[in-house]
Amino acid sequence: MLVIDDDEALSEMLGIVLRSEGFEAAFVSSGDRALRTFREFHPDLVLLDLMLPGLNGLDVCTLLREESSIPIIMLTAKSDTVDVVLGLESGADDYVVKPFRPKELVARVRARLRRGGGEDPETLSVGGLEIDVPGHTVTRDGEAVALTPLEFDLLVCLARRPGFVFSRDALLEEVWGYRHQADTRLVNVHIQRLRAKIEGDPDNPTIIQTVRGVGYKATAGPAPGTAPGG
Amino acid sequence: MDARTLWLRWSTGALELGRGAWTTVGRAAQESPPARLWRRSLQFRVVTSTLVLSGILVTVLLVVVTNLVVSGLVASQRAAAVAETRSGIRTLGVALGQAPVSNEDLSRDMVSLVDTLSGKGSQAGLFDVVLVPPGGTVAAVSSGVAGLEQIPSDLREAIGGAGLVQLQYVKLPQPNGGDGPGLVVGGTAGSTFGPFTLYYLFPLNETASTAALVQRTMAAAGVVLVVLLAGVAALVTRQVVTPVRQARSNAEELAAGDLDVRMKVTGEDDLARLATSFNRMADSLQSQIAELERLSDVQRGFVSDVSHELRTPMTTLRMAADVMYSARGEFSPDLARAAELLDAEVDRFEKLLTDLLEISRHDANVAVLDPEWLDVGGIVRREVAATAALAERQGCQLELTVPDTPLMAEIDAVRFERILRNLLGNALEHGQGAPVEVQVAGDNEAVAVVVADHGRGLRPGEAALVFNRFYRGDSSRARTIGGSGLGLAISFEDTRLHGGWLQAWGEPGLGARFRLTVPVHAGGELIRSPLPVEPEHWGADGRRTGSVRVLSVSDAGGA
Repeated sequence: MLVIDDDEALSEMLGIVLRSEGFEAAFVSSGDRALRTFREFHPDLVLLDLMLPGLNGLDVCTLLREESSIPIIMLTAKSDTVDVVLGLESGADDYVVKPFRPKELVARVRARLRRGGGEDPETLSVGGLEIDVPGHTVTRDGEAVALTPLEFDLLVCLARRPGFVFSRDALLEEVWGYRHQADTRLVNVHIQRLRAKIEGDPDNPTIIQTVRGVGYKATAGPAPGTAPGG
Repeated sequence: MDARTLWLRWSTGALELGRGAWTTVGRAAQESPPARLWRRSLQFRVVTSTLVLSGILVTVLLVVVTNLVVSGLVASQRAAAVAETRSGIRTLGVALGQAPVSNEDLSRDMVSLVDTLSGKGSQAGLFDVVLVPPGGTVAAVSSGVAGLEQIPSDLREAIGGAGLVQLQYVKLPQPNGGDGPGLVVGGTAGSTFGPFTLYYLFPLNETASTAALVQRTMAAAGVVLVVLLAGVAALVTRQVVTPVRQARSNAEELAAGDLDVRMKVTGEDDLARLATSFNRMADSLQSQIAELERLSDVQRGFVSDVSHELRTPMTTLRMAADVMYSARGEFSPDLARAAELLDAEVDRFEKLLTDLLEISRHDANVAVLDPEWLDVGGIVRREVAATAALAERQGCQLELTVPDTPLMAEIDAVRFERILRNLLGNALEHGQGAPVEVQVAGDNEAVAVVVADHGRGLRPGEAALVFNRFYRGDSSRARTIGGSGLGLAISFEDTRLHGGWLQAWGEPGLGARFRLTVPVHAGGELIRSPLPVEPEHWGADGRRTGSVRVLSVSDAGGA
């Protein structure tokens, strides 16, 4: 576990909490050194504060994402949608608003580390995409589409039941593993990110469709049909 | 119905009609282009007034002058005519001294006399002469076309009687043809035969045409003068109106937000002073607005900086308190208790901090609405389910009345849920064990949620105060859920951000009702709420009587 935060007291406290839960942690206090430490330490998960000296948190996130697909959880004092969306779009899988209860953080960390799915061979196809579930790959016409693990899980969840409408809460539970109430904006942003990667025209999605007021669904059938719904 | 009543009715009706017509005409006249131009253009008013007034003055002046001129002309004409006549009569008298012998001689003498006299043509202009001998002798002699017929009988009588020179204005044939105004002057001269009457006939067409020429010239001059005056007035008012219009357009620019606009100051007159004052006002406004903007930026910066600065140590505190709280089993009783207190107070502090930061965001106008189309019924169900644990602890039963069909509205999920949690929390805390009712209803324009408890209720006037910051109805009471005193204030601001209403009703001992109404479309205007804020079926014993219906639009009473 890599903790990137400039506040020493907070970092130390985080270390204590994580250690008590059985996790090992390394600490970085500036954005500039973050990448190097990341490469040296090879963590399973990154806790990243947005307000950093040197290279700011959003840039660090983008750089980390380019190199790896491990889970990244943002820690931030800002809870405006604008900031949340920015962070998630830079590559974070989740965000936690300060101040947070340590139990909450730990629950989210565990949820992210827990990778679901058995090893049974399973291939799904939706909208021209071929999904190899145990192999965690998605291809379109033989070309691989790069998705983060979270995006992959989201796509698999929707693709497993085409035509079925998932509410945002249901997706949060299935994909993120949060049983209690969490922020539905996570779902919105990740759907957008997914669409940007797999849809031909992300503004007029044909593979993952929004059902206004209810949630999202994957279109039934292999080819994008003329299914109604927004 | 008798005739009198009929008549009254009819006349009243006619009167109303007349009044109505008059008002319509009046209003139409008010709206007509000239009337509107009169109201709106200073220049038009000045020019029109100048035109009208100077027109009247010039007309009066010219009329007077023309009349003077004309009557002068006439008078002098008359005087010359009379003088001519008198001299003619004198000549006649002299000529009559030499008595002719016979009638033929008399006629011949008369003719030659008439010719002589009429040939004289002097100041009086052209004229004809008619010589009338005493009755019974020869016929009258005339020098020209005019004859005895032209001379009116009353003049003849007047002369005959008085013997003095008399005159009268008659119609006479004119030298240029046709008839026209003329003057006849006549007098008598005595002779051995009797009185000879001499008439001078003066055709006045020329004089009349001269007079007419004078009038026309004066009139033309008058019109030109008036028009020129109006032109001058227009030019002069332009001098004033142009700077005024400039000032107006500058003021409009200033009002529209361009704080740099200033007026040109030329000279030292009133207009220049106006421009100077305007510029000073603009300067003052600009600097004040700049100061306000600066302060606002400072406040905004403060809110966002402080937010981060406060939250980070808070997080560390929280984690440390939590760790110690989890480990309190290993502590001595006092230490364990200290850990518990620490945890509780950190909790409380965290809530207060969050609330403070939230309300300061509203104050600094940094709070932004993030609307989505969501099912309000679904959200309310979720929140009610989430507070089930608290309800059980308080011993209150939660009753939810919500329609089965989705009630869609454009709302900010985070804020809306926060408002609901606040209302539910308050209701459960003040509920005193009585059931807490939650109703949801909506129509095409708005969705409303009512949270009602049957606890302590609100005192008269408290319904408005309760949304104030840090307002505590009863500060001595133990706080179970540890509010910060800002909950309702934040709910109020969040509602306001939605463009909705948050209202309270309560009565001591009966309980309190809080109604949240939001427009279905973000930015829509609220006119009515689908639910009433005052209860319908509450009896005096503080318990519900009858059943609660889900209200539809047609049932909702007032606001």
